[in-house]
Amino acid sequence: MAKDNDILDEITSKEYEHGWTANIEMESAPKGLNEDIIRFISAKKQEPEWLLEWRLKAYRIWKEMKEPRWANVTYPEINYQDIIYYAAPKQKASPKSLDEVDPELLRTFERLGISLTEQKRLTGVAVDAVLDSVSVATTFKEKLAELGIIFCSFSEAVREHPELVRKYLGSVVPMTDNYFAALNSAVFSDGSFCYIPKGVRCPMELSTYFRINAANTGQFERTLIVADEGSYVSYLEGCTAPMRDEHQLHAAVVEIYVMKDAHVKYSTVQNWYPGDKEGKGGIYNFVTKRALCAGENSKVSWTQVETGSAITWKYPSCILKGDNSSGEFYSVAVTNNYQQADTGTKMVHIGKNTRSRIVSKGISAGRSQNSYRGQVHILKRATNARNFSQCDSLLMGDKCGAHTFPYIDVENNTSRVEHEATTSKIGEDQIFYCMQRGIDEESAVALIVNGYAKEVLNQLPMEFAVEAQKLLALTLEGSVG
Amino acid sequence: MTHASVHNEILDTLAASAMPVNSLQQQALQEFIRLGLPGPKNEEYKHTPISRVLEKSINPSLPFQSEGKVPDEKLWKLNSIPAYQVVFLNGKFVAKQSQLPQGIDIIPMHTARDLQVVSDHLGKYADFKSDSFTAWNTAAWTDGIFINIPEDYTVDTPIILYYLHDATAGQVKSITRNLIIAGKNSKVTIVEKWFTQGSDAVISNTVSEILLREKTSVNHVVVQTDDSNHIQYLHNQFWQEAESLLNSYVITLSGMFIRNNTRVALDGACESHLYGLYLLKDNAFTDNHTVVDHRKPNAFSNELYKGVLDGKSNGVFNGKIYVRQGAQKTNAFQSNRNLLLSDQAVAHTKPQLEIWADDVKCSHGCTVGQLDEDALFYLRARGIDKETAKAMLLYAFAAEVIETLPHDGIKNFLDTLIRDRLHNSF
Repeated sequence: MAKDNDILDEITSKEYEHGWTANIEMESAPKGLNEDIIRFISAKKQEPEWLLEWRLKAYRIWKEMKEPRWANVTYPEINYQDIIYYAAPKQKASPKSLDEVDPELLRTFERLGISLTEQKRLTGVAVDAVLDSVSVATTFKEKLAELGIIFCSFSEAVREHPELVRKYLGSVVPMTDNYFAALNSAVFSDGSFCYIPKGVRCPMELSTYFRINAANTGQFERTLIVADEGSYVSYLEGCTAPMRDEHQLHAAVVEIYVMKDAHVKYSTVQNWYPGDKEGKGGIYNFVTKRALCAGENSKVSWTQVETGSAITWKYPSCILKGDNSSGEFYSVAVTNNYQQADTGTKMVHIGKNTRSRIVSKGISAGRSQNSYRGQVHILKRATNARNFSQCDSLLMGDKCGAHTFPYIDVENNTSRVEHEATTSKIGEDQIFYCMQRGIDEESAVALIVNGYAKEVLNQLPMEFAVEAQKLLALTLEGSVG
Repeated sequence: MTHASVHNEILDTLAASAMPVNSLQQQALQEFIRLGLPGPKNEEYKHTPISRVLEKSINPSLPFQSEGKVPDEKLWKLNSIPAYQVVFLNGKFVAKQSQLPQGIDIIPMHTARDLQVVSDHLGKYADFKSDSFTAWNTAAWTDGIFINIPEDYTVDTPIILYYLHDATAGQVKSITRNLIIAGKNSKVTIVEKWFTQGSDAVISNTVSEILLREKTSVNHVVVQTDDSNHIQYLHNQFWQEAESLLNSYVITLSGMFIRNNTRVALDGACESHLYGLYLLKDNAFTDNHTVVDHRKPNAFSNELYKGVLDGKSNGVFNGKIYVRQGAQKTNAFQSNRNLLLSDQAVAHTKPQLEIWADDVKCSHGCTVGQLDEDALFYLRARGIDKETAKAMLLYAFAAEVIETLPHDGIKNFLDTLIRDRLHNSF
């Protein structure tokens, strides 16, 4: 029996390998949310007056709003007064270089496989690491600065480039957009800011790594990417959190502003703690992500691999305003045990000759519920707009659910919209074929699932693709047989 | 007509009725009060402003015409098809015009209401707890028909239900309720058709519950060609037992404002085919909401809805497929295809799958587009003028829906109807 328990322990710990906590001295705000807390956050970050006003306005709007309940997920009421809205690792002063950063912090990120000490210069990825509420360090800053690229934490951007931040903050996701966006606008603590100047092709992948560490905190980060005319950037986002029994709230906002001829590629591997086998604990991931293709010929492509979070509520969307602009959305969402995911996209075609493509692959196992919810809206003046959507669902086990809610609204008679969706289970003949060749059942399932998701995984930058494949296999562990 | 005035209308109807109010009606009334009329925030009526249209078109302070004259037969009767007919005028059964088959129970609802078999089934299948129009109907229907087909019985010719409205001397409301029970191993074809004379406003609310016992075969055809000031709510609820076969057709060629709920519950290893066609122009508005609910394993369903939208018309399609836990080996397919012919027409489509069983094959697809330029060019290069070429392509698009209709007479009738329409009016 004891041995059984050992094995069981081993398996559970294997399920979520980032479930540890680091002992970092933290400084945090008291629990609860009111105008004083917002003033406290703003003061802590030495923000200018206009930003404080902006936050307070958002807070007042948020107070009037109601929490949305239309998503196909169920969760108990969230007590917004029981959350710590600001937690930061204690540091004496803001570090000038990595040598001054608390070594415990660096070790934390090293354990996650993210080297901030630039040892892995060869990987060529610039990282902005965000722990709880603040950005810890950003690598490769100087090198990027040579090209005129600004890549730094949000608070730094507010200090150093207030005119850019002020101009674009809230331009894609206004504070009135939805409940969680308003909440984020009021209390956002940090995040990344990125500006790619005219005609610059960013030579390396930019990456933000988010980690929730402290207990009872919510993480509210805000990412703002501005791609000026003719520029290109590929942006990665990763996230993890410790295993805790209580639910933690993560309500982020990502805004991408794309000008004429620019191209932004945004990839996410979302691996927040999903809760244990009984559905206890885990992160509520309520995120607003939106890109505005403001200029002609601009392009945005979202790629997401969603394996974590107890509840995911996320619709990365594209507003295709510029003529000839295009949007893409590639998604793999895997849910296991008691996870719930309601995710998809929104493609709003405003400009002429705008194109969009949606490829969504859902995989549900255990007792999880996985929903695709997407909207394709072709407005009247979007002549020759074109959309293709495909959303497939794979079911493993008879206690999970797969749902599709596509909304298609067409107001223009020169546009074409196609949507197709399928739901099925993994073919027994496919598993049999693999097993016949000496591959055990679990690996066979992993193999087939990876093949099924390949179309999306291929869109990921290489470093991420490997991680994502491993994650897929890990998330589905123990879901067959 | 607002929620309050419909509420008053229900109370008036109940008070005027000679029969005591039963508990089903009581319950439905309570649900109606609770639900209110659907507003724009109601997901089921998101693009369907039925409450607004009702408020604008029907004046609650004016009386409804309950009496009237049966319009000339030539205007509404399908002469080409030998059939039994059940005729309603302004929501009341008209015995004189009706020709009922012998050998089966076919009784107007106002007299059938107290039969044991009716109270056993009425209100059991059509959900009145989620839709206020069905609740309204359940609380205060004025008439309808009860059809009970015995075991192993084949009804030789179709039964056509004609809903006639005389709106020449004031507005009309027609709240009808049908119950059709097809006994084990029986066969029947049922057609529903509407006709309005006069230009005053009509609100019609028709709810039918159709029970398909084991091994039955039912063809059900809805023909909506009423070209008047008619706001129509139609709810057809099918309940299928094992080995039954359903072919449902909803053909909409005109209508000012139409909401169709076609719902099928597959409660056994059975087969269902749902077809729909809406050819809309001018300011026509049609909303087709379908629900295919797979409750038991080994069932098959196939759904094909097609629309052609011209003028300022507005077409809404919402198709739900539920596969419940335990409904393994389900095959469910759904397709919705739309052609937009004008730059003022709008299509809203939402094909929705909700699946809780893993060993299933389900797919849905939907498209919104235009006629294929290449095909048009091909025809024109062969000397066919643009209008004819367009009509030919549209006909090919539309005819797929009725191609498999098992009754030749009805099929030919619909075929002519569609052909005339496409060659003359689009």
